[in-house]
Amino acid sequence: MDLVLTEDQALIAKTAADFVKEKSPVARMRALRDANDATGYSRALWKEMAELGWVGLAFPENLGGAGLGFAELAVVLEELGRTLAPEPFLGTVLLGGQALLLGGSDAQKQAWLPKLCAGDAIVTLAHQEARSRYDLNHVETRAERAAGGWKLRGEKIQVLDGHVADALLIPARTSGAVADAAGISLFLVTKGAAGLAATRQSRVDSRGAALVKLDGVAGEPVGAEGAAGELLARVVDRATIGLCAEMLGGMQQAFALTLEHLKTRKQFDVPIGSFQALKHRAADVFIELELAKSAVMAAARAVDENSPELAKLASLAKAKCSDAYLLAAHEGVQMFGGVGMTDEYDIGLYLKRARAAELTFGDAAFHRAHWASLNGY
Amino acid sequence: MADLETFRAEMRSWLEANAPQRLRGTPADQLEGVWGGKKWKDADPDQKAWLERCAARGLTAPTWPKEYGGGGLSKEEAKVFAEEMRRLRLPPPLIGFGLTMIGPTLLQFGTEEQKREHLPKICRGEIRWCQGYSEPGAGSDLAGLQARAEDRGDHYIVNGTKIWTSYADKADWIFALVRTDPKAKKQEGITFILIDMETPGVSVSPILLISGSSPFCETHFTNVKALKKNVIHKENAGWTVAKALLGHERTMISEAFGAGGGMRRSLAERARQYVASDASGRITDAASRDAIARIEMDTRVFGLTMQRSRDAAKAGHQPGPESSMFKVYGTELNMRRQDTLVRLAGPQSLGWEGPGFNEEELATTRDWLRSRGNSIEGGTSEVQRNIIAKRVLGLPD
Repeated sequence: MDLVLTEDQALIAKTAADFVKEKSPVARMRALRDANDATGYSRALWKEMAELGWVGLAFPENLGGAGLGFAELAVVLEELGRTLAPEPFLGTVLLGGQALLLGGSDAQKQAWLPKLCAGDAIVTLAHQEARSRYDLNHVETRAERAAGGWKLRGEKIQVLDGHVADALLIPARTSGAVADAAGISLFLVTKGAAGLAATRQSRVDSRGAALVKLDGVAGEPVGAEGAAGELLARVVDRATIGLCAEMLGGMQQAFALTLEHLKTRKQFDVPIGSFQALKHRAADVFIELELAKSAVMAAARAVDENSPELAKLASLAKAKCSDAYLLAAHEGVQMFGGVGMTDEYDIGLYLKRARAAELTFGDAAFHRAHWASLNGY
Repeated sequence: MADLETFRAEMRSWLEANAPQRLRGTPADQLEGVWGGKKWKDADPDQKAWLERCAARGLTAPTWPKEYGGGGLSKEEAKVFAEEMRRLRLPPPLIGFGLTMIGPTLLQFGTEEQKREHLPKICRGEIRWCQGYSEPGAGSDLAGLQARAEDRGDHYIVNGTKIWTSYADKADWIFALVRTDPKAKKQEGITFILIDMETPGVSVSPILLISGSSPFCETHFTNVKALKKNVIHKENAGWTVAKALLGHERTMISEAFGAGGGMRRSLAERARQYVASDASGRITDAASRDAIARIEMDTRVFGLTMQRSRDAAKAGHQPGPESSMFKVYGTELNMRRQDTLVRLAGPQSLGWEGPGFNEEELATTRDWLRSRGNSIEGGTSEVQRNIIAKRVLGLPD
């Protein structure tokens, strides 16, 4: 597939850009943060996004989606990332939704995905534990057979959008040692279940996440027992690609703010952007952003083509985007100078988001090691 | 698309019938690339036959118009042809600055007569070209060049020195920038002209580089008669032509590095000779493993970015000054790659000549040294960053 937007994709991008500009400036995210809003995003806007077809964009039509692909979803996420929109795409569309789509039974998909696509249900995936770092196979949470089903015990950390989730997908160990790929099973737990406690965590990037404690919670199995390891890897590859698209929008906006500052801020009676020391660094940021964009476009298309290279391209995109977003944010703060350190200026919000995104699904070093493994060395 | 598939079938059967067996699957670095030209002696018979057969069908310059010796292929057809070449792992029939630099420039700026005179000879590999741009006093400040061309009616008399003229000792013609109006602003007094290297007064001396080879020359012009009919575009308008050609040069340099610098074996394969692997094949030294992955991933993402640029052009988007970005990144990537290779081989990278060092090791050392020039030649990385800052980012002077 060509690495260029089709006319339809360009139209989706334009619609999303206009929407974001009008309804979701950075000030909105900042206000939610400052108000210490319990939800952390706008339910009304989420519903509106669902009505525009964005939530269900990459889900099949028979499950309430638009039947399009990741190439289309990526352009929407890119625009949302540009203004740090806090709506729960990552948790519900990319993690929970994809896990159900790829691993759920027909009944489970029918029960949840149409509601999810309509913006009426939040479903997330709890893939992280305190000691798992980026290893999806590191699962200490256990599931044991009990009368009439399974009971889950353990703790999951920073469950994205977990504080508002109507359902959570929980990887739990049904056999094997703590870091084994085999023996992990996936369970669906619904909001309000006995023994479930989801507590909102306060993160540096203000993104909604929850500490989830499972104390003998009843879980409904999703997929075959002990075989969720591979599913988790596939889901997280997809979520990684979606996150990269969002990061791409953020890094581009951080750089745009910086460029504007370079052109307007005067010192020594000239715009500071006329200094070669800054020009060359700006050129380097530009190049890294262009490379990151190519990686994201190729990775999104790999999902749609079901390419055998999907995992490699997901790692490539995440490695490039992790470093490029941080580079754009770090250089931004430096070039803004003193005001770049103030809470008042937006560049700091991009720095926080860049760091949080870097440390979600693995940083660049993790993905270089993963790439090496995938390539047999 | 059906037409493209018909074309593919046609190309496939043509290649099966015409590509010499010995050239199929031969790694590029085991064959000296064919540059052609009058001084091309002791030609490999298979490579010679391959060149002649391709040239007869216009396939040395697939997208150039047929009337000038090209293949008249569309971009899509050329892509299909390249894919079919890759399928048989065939080397290009002909390489060189005629095809990559002066040819595209003549197509853009040449008169009908100039195109008919020069392009077919390029396509047939009969004339080898070199580039007379830099001078001892004009490097990054190229427009400060001093080689003087004095007007003598239907011709000029050229005096001056060009430097870093790649393979001038092997070339038949040179495309050169000369000063025709010393009083004008420096960019406005320059003319782009073609000169036969056999003209009396042209002399060439190769320059020994730190890598031990002499690809570059100093080219001296002493009262050299250059005909005005060989001026490209207009007198004193050479800077426009020069910049366009630099774009082609950067594209050529970038593409040369995009695929990994023509390496026969992967970095990991080469590394295994020097660093330990465990039973599963995993390189146990984490720093080496990370260094290899970094280069491989950057090579891949660079290739994707060049593809994106080509795809955008195909979809009708105007190409921007991307060639500067590709020049910076492609060359600096190759320099990091050579650096990594040297480090992976450790002390075995220190050989200058045998014994005790194999051919690949000796080449690694010299390739590393040669690569240090990548960010200098064709416009330094610093000049490219200036171009990006000004023309892409719109930063003020």
